[in-house]
Formats: sequence, structure tokens, C-alpha cells
Amino acid sequence: MTSATSRSESGSAGDAGATDATEASRKSAQPNAPRPKPTPPAGTPVRVTGAQSLVRALEAVGSEVVFGIPGGTILPAYDPLLDSTKVRHVLVRHEQAAGHAATGYAQATGKVGVCMATSGPGATNLVTPLADANMDSVPLVAITGQQTRALIGTDAFQEADICGITMPITKHNFLVTDPADIPRVVAEAFHLASTGRPGPVLVDIPKDVLQETTSFAWPPEMTLPGYRPTLRPHGKQVREAARLISQSRRPVLYVGGGVLKAEASEELRELAELTGIPVATTLMARGAFPDSHDHHVGMPGMHGSVSAVAAMQRADLLLALGARFDDRVTGRLDSFAPEATVVHADIDPAEISKNRKADVPIVGDCKEIIRELIEAVKFEHDRGDKPDLTAWWTQIDSWRDTFPAGYEWPDDGALSPQYVIERIGELVGADAYYAAGVGQHQMWAAQFIKYENPRSWINSGGLGTMGFAVPAAMGAQFGHPDAQVWAIDGDGCFQMTNQELATCALEGAPIKVAVINNGNLGMVRQWQNLFYDERYSNTDLGTHKHRIPDFALLAESLGCAGLRCETKEEVDDVIKQAMAIEDRPVVIDFVVGKDAQVWPMVGPGASNDEVMAARGIRPLFDDDDVADGPAADGIVADRAVTDVRGEQ
Amino acid sequence: MHTLSVLVENVPGVLARVSGLFSRRGFNIESLAVGPTENPEVSRMTIVVAVEEQPLEQVTKQLNKLVNVIKIVELDPASSVQRDLLLVKVRADATVRSQVLETVEMFRAKVVDVSPEAVTVEATGTHDKLNALMRMLEPYGVRELVKSGMVALGRGARSITANSTR
Repeated sequence: MTSATSRSESGSAGDAGATDATEASRKSAQPNAPRPKPTPPAGTPVRVTGAQSLVRALEAVGSEVVFGIPGGTILPAYDPLLDSTKVRHVLVRHEQAAGHAATGYAQATGKVGVCMATSGPGATNLVTPLADANMDSVPLVAITGQQTRALIGTDAFQEADICGITMPITKHNFLVTDPADIPRVVAEAFHLASTGRPGPVLVDIPKDVLQETTSFAWPPEMTLPGYRPTLRPHGKQVREAARLISQSRRPVLYVGGGVLKAEASEELRELAELTGIPVATTLMARGAFPDSHDHHVGMPGMHGSVSAVAAMQRADLLLALGARFDDRVTGRLDSFAPEATVVHADIDPAEISKNRKADVPIVGDCKEIIRELIEAVKFEHDRGDKPDLTAWWTQIDSWRDTFPAGYEWPDDGALSPQYVIERIGELVGADAYYAAGVGQHQMWAAQFIKYENPRSWINSGGLGTMGFAVPAAMGAQFGHPDAQVWAIDGDGCFQMTNQELATCALEGAPIKVAVINNGNLGMVRQWQNLFYDERYSNTDLGTHKHRIPDFALLAESLGCAGLRCETKEEVDDVIKQAMAIEDRPVVIDFVVGKDAQVWPMVGPGASNDEVMAARGIRPLFDDDDVADGPAADGIVADRAVTDVRGEQ
Repeated sequence: MHTLSVLVENVPGVLARVSGLFSRRGFNIESLAVGPTENPEVSRMTIVVAVEEQPLEQVTKQLNKLVNVIKIVELDPASSVQRDLLLVKVRADATVRSQVLETVEMFRAKVVDVSPEAVTVEATGTHDKLNALMRMLEPYGVRELVKSGMVALGRGARSITANSTR
């Protein structure tokens, strides 16, 4: 916490980090010029209220922005917040968005995201984003007001046991009962959130604790005797992994979000180039390794590329780095990568052998592990043990060539959603940030936008939270005020959280929202098409049939530019038009065909051997071979590529 | 059956965190006993669970992730002392009292309360011993009984609480 200390000592000479836009809106919120506060030397206690202690602690840990909504019990904290020149508060429209915005901010910057809410409904509205951040290991600190200590447990107005409620969905939580504890608890909360396997931490503070007079000193002493994450890997395990690499003929690097959390992209690239091993990046790791790199074989999993799914299925060595063998990646677990020896590197020991037994477990920070692995592999190379992967690459290339990412235009002449997303990626480029909701548009955004940079792809992977895109993009924009931030959203998702466009418009977050409007809950409809006999129960949202709501008009009423695009010819123009608008958020209603489906696909509960490049096309599993036993190694369907993309 | 000794910070909510984790991950707690240790900042839980080796490893790792959990040690029955405390109220009027007392004597248990119709017996011992005692007392009629969860300590001079802050 040394950096935090130095921050607290610096004066308050204005906001170095704030942009013009944020500066402007702040002026409107704070008519008075920033009042410099006399700052005593670090460590000297000063008399403050609990609320002042909280705000000082937030300043001291380096929080730049807090997303939240005030209310009864958190009111004391909002008073000193008005005076803070270091912490900017962004008033959102719904606490759920405060949580997702903090997540978007954290995912885009690597810093801890902060959200704030009042007790009761304010706090329970944070439940979804906390669960989301917990699943995706996002460093988040949520601060909630609580009823006064004497009223806790009496079913008082706006009382909810938020610590009890969020116990299973936070890394840790605190109920502060003594105002003197505030600095320590805030320091511990930020430390817990950002170190080890990151995650959300909730700090619940009763109103009277915020009001009471106490003393503030920084830095506080943290007491976390039970918290000591392992960062340095075991050298013997790393050497064993290197030895396996030197013996493997069909290795795959299975890269998860942990590599992004560990800021280990550079190291990963070096390892991949040193060893020549193909790299698959999971949904949480898109951007951890450049898509343009020849070693990249795509995304694994239910809607992964055939090359990534097939390579992992046929691998003799899986090097899992910061990944957790999620069911959406493995498909049916007992037939996942059946021939692979598994090296599993993760900072969380509980992930190792949770789903797939690891042959070589390595616990530690991914950056450190990959660094040491590089050295160990070099040692193997020096001894002359560098395997020839030519045959493996020939095999992988044949999968890549035969089953590239592709799509077909709808027969009815409707706009192709994949085309829209692909063009956004091409025109907006790899320096932008992309946030997605959950569903078909999310999968297409993962498949058809090319990610070159870490943290440029922000989505809700583990929890699958619809409505994530708009608030997450807003948070990312506050983290990177000068970057283009695009939300790729669906018409279903968009209707869950679009109220935050008002926040974006007023607080100076000119995000672009591409609503991939197919008039339906598209992914659900796809499953109804495939698995429920085309009985479309409750998936038509009426955004096509009745144009309710009219997204362009809705956008205008929320202070955004509202655009619409219905034909292929308009796509590029409308994207460029949106890119040119910098003074307010933009919403583009892309009216696309409702029948487009996400392919490739591994059916729910099916083995990855049965990955379908398109309906009925199973590259790894030829029906004719079933009678003869299991599919032979690397069978590639003898069908023309046009067929593959054609059967939608 | 596995016996876990879990050192935890003596703070509010820690029992809920531990027990919640078991139920959330689908594990059933056979018995749980918790109390203070020689260090007032540390409590010790003795948890008995019926799980296979592999899920036990997973639940142990998950327990270790709880910030308030300081240390977990599995105690092997062969190299530890494991005890339950039993209080049982047995129907025992004058006609059978001497037989009941004889049984109590045999198990080196003791009578801690007596009334014209019943005696209350206190016994400590292993699970098996207490079960055997109960089989002997049941025919007389058990009015009510209460058992502590199992508590256990490893044999020998070593201590798991030494350096408990790791």
C-alpha cells in the first residue's frame, strides 16, 4: 500500500486524470472551486467523521471514480464526497449499472472498480453485478450503507442483510461496526479485491458509523492472517511442464482470463513464439494474444472455432494458463481432450483439478509462471529437446482452412448480424474497447471482431448477465476517456439497462451502442429452433413487428444520437457517422435478420468431438465411423466449405 | 468420514461463511464443534464430513479461500484423539435405577442429575463408545439426549495452532 500512502500525501491540485468531458460535468456538479484540504503527514491521526474517513480512505487507495446512487443510509458518505477533488462520483440510474460500470472500468483498466449504494434495495440491486464480478474474477469494491447499528436485525426500513446475501458471491465482505475500523477495512477490501485471484469485496457501513466521530490515519495496518495468495510457482512443477513441452507433439496453450488479470500477454507471446505452440483464447481471454498472430487458433468452447475446439480435443498436451475448464469450454467433461496430459497453472489452488484432473498443477501468478516456464523451456532447447510441430500445424491449418469463421447472408434479404459486427471491428479497429451483452451478439462479437490488445474485450462470461454491455461500456469509457468504446448489444439486453445512456449523456461518456436488433431473444430462439422443435415460446420482443420501442427515438430522448441501419449498403456509412460523433453517446439500431444462428456449436451436454461447424457438419466425428469405433485422429469431413456455412 | 480441524479468525459471521460453503458446494456436515482456543483471536472448528478423497480436497481448497480461515488440518483417527460429549436423560425409577447405574459405571460415564423418575448421564468418548452406551440405555427409555459435535486433537507434542497466523 505504499503507493496509496504517497497519494494521500499529495495535495489536491486538481484532477490530473480527468478529461475535458469529465471536468465539464464536474464543474456543473461542484460550483465551488476545489478546496485544498490541509493534509497532515502520513500516519498522524486526524479527527473526522466515519464518512470523511471513508472518503479519505478511498482517496488514499487511489480511487478515481465511484459509480453509485445515494439514499438514506449512505447519505452521510455523499456529503464529504461532494468535496473530494480526487474521487469523482458518477450518478447512475440503477445500482445494477453502478456495479457493471465498475466492472467495465476494472476490466478495461486493471484497476479496482468502485460502486456505492444505499441499504436495502440499493444494496440488493448490486447483487447481480457482484455475482457477475465474482464469476469473472473482477476486482471490485462495493460500498453500501446499512441501517444504524441499533436497528440491525429489526426489519427496519430499507434494511437488508447484504453481507449475508452476498456471502456466496463475493470474495469477502465486511460489516463495519466501529468507525475506527474504516481505514483498515477499506485498505483490506482493496487489497483483497486486487490481489491473488481478483474478485468483488463488499463493505457494509451502518449510517451511525458514518456519522460518528473517529480518527483517521493512513496507512492502516491490515490484519488478514488467513489471506496469503501464492504468487511464486514451484520450480519443480515448472520444470516438469517444460519437460512435457519438450516431449509433446500436439501441444495447445489453453489461455484463460487469468493471463489478462496477471498482465502476462507479453510473456504469453514470447512463450508461444519460443515453443511454436498453438494458442486458444477463451471468451474471457480474447485479446490476451493477438488474433492476427499466426499461432492463434481461435476461441475454444461451445461456440468456439473448429480449429480451437479440434486442436484441444486432439492435443497430447494442454497447457491451461489462468483458465478454469468451464463447462462451456470442455463440453461433456469425460470426453474432453481425451489424449491430453494437463498442465494447469492458476493462482487459485481450488481451480486446479476442480473439473479436469491436472497432471502437473502449478499454483502462482501467471506472469511469474510463464516467465519461469520460458526459462525452463530454453533450458530444454539448449539440451536439444525442441519438438518438431510441423505435422501438428499441418493438421491445425487444415482445420483452419476448411472451417474458417464464416456466416451466410439470410435468404430473405435481411441484414446479416455477423456482417454488421465484422464491419464494426474492421472500421473501428483494434485500439477501441468493445463491451458486449449476452447472447448471439456476444458470440458474434467474440468471433468476428479481431482483438489485438489485452483488455479490449469486456464481457460477462461466467454469469452471462444480459444487460451488461451499456453500463460496462460506460465504465470502460471513464477508464479510457480518449478511446472509442463500443457496446455490441442485443435488442433484449439493451432493454434491460439502456437507462444508463442518460448517465452517459450527462456525465460525458460518449459510448457507441450497436444494437444488433433481430427482434427476438436471439440465443434463446436459436435453442428453440434447434432443441425445442421450433416452438418459439416468448422470444419475440416485438422490436421488429411493432418497433416498440423505436431505438433511435429512445436514444434521442436519452440525450444520444439515434441512428438506424437496415441494409448492407448503409452499414459502413452509419458506423463512420457514429465514429464521428464525439459530443454525446450514439445508438445505432441495426435491424438484422432473426434467423441467423451462431455457429460453430457444440450442443449442450455434447462432447466436443461433436462440434458442428454448421448444422449437421461435424468435422471431428464422422457418422460413418461410429460403427467402427471412435473417430480416428483428426478426421476432417470431406465436404465442401460452402456446405459448411450453408446449412443454417 | 473425515475430520477437519479448521483454525478461523474469531470474528462475527465466520461460522456462517464456513457452514454456507459446505451447503453451497453440496457437502453435508456430519458434525461441527466450534470454540475458542488458547489464542483469543482464533477459534477452532472440528468438522466431520462424509466425502470421498477428491471432493474432500476440493472442499478443503474452497475453505482455504475463505479469508477468515487461517489453517486447515485433516486429523487421521489413528493419530488423533477424537471425542464427543453426550448428555442423556434416561427413565429410571427405583426398580431399574441400579441397573442403569451399573451400565453407566461400565462405560465410565457419570450421573450428573437424578430425580425419582430419571437420571441424567454424562459420557465422553469416541463415536463408537457413545453408540454402544446408547444401545444399552435405550431399553430403559430415553427422555432426551444431546451430543456435542466431535472435538479432536492430534496426538504427540506438535500443535497446529503454533504459528497459526502462517
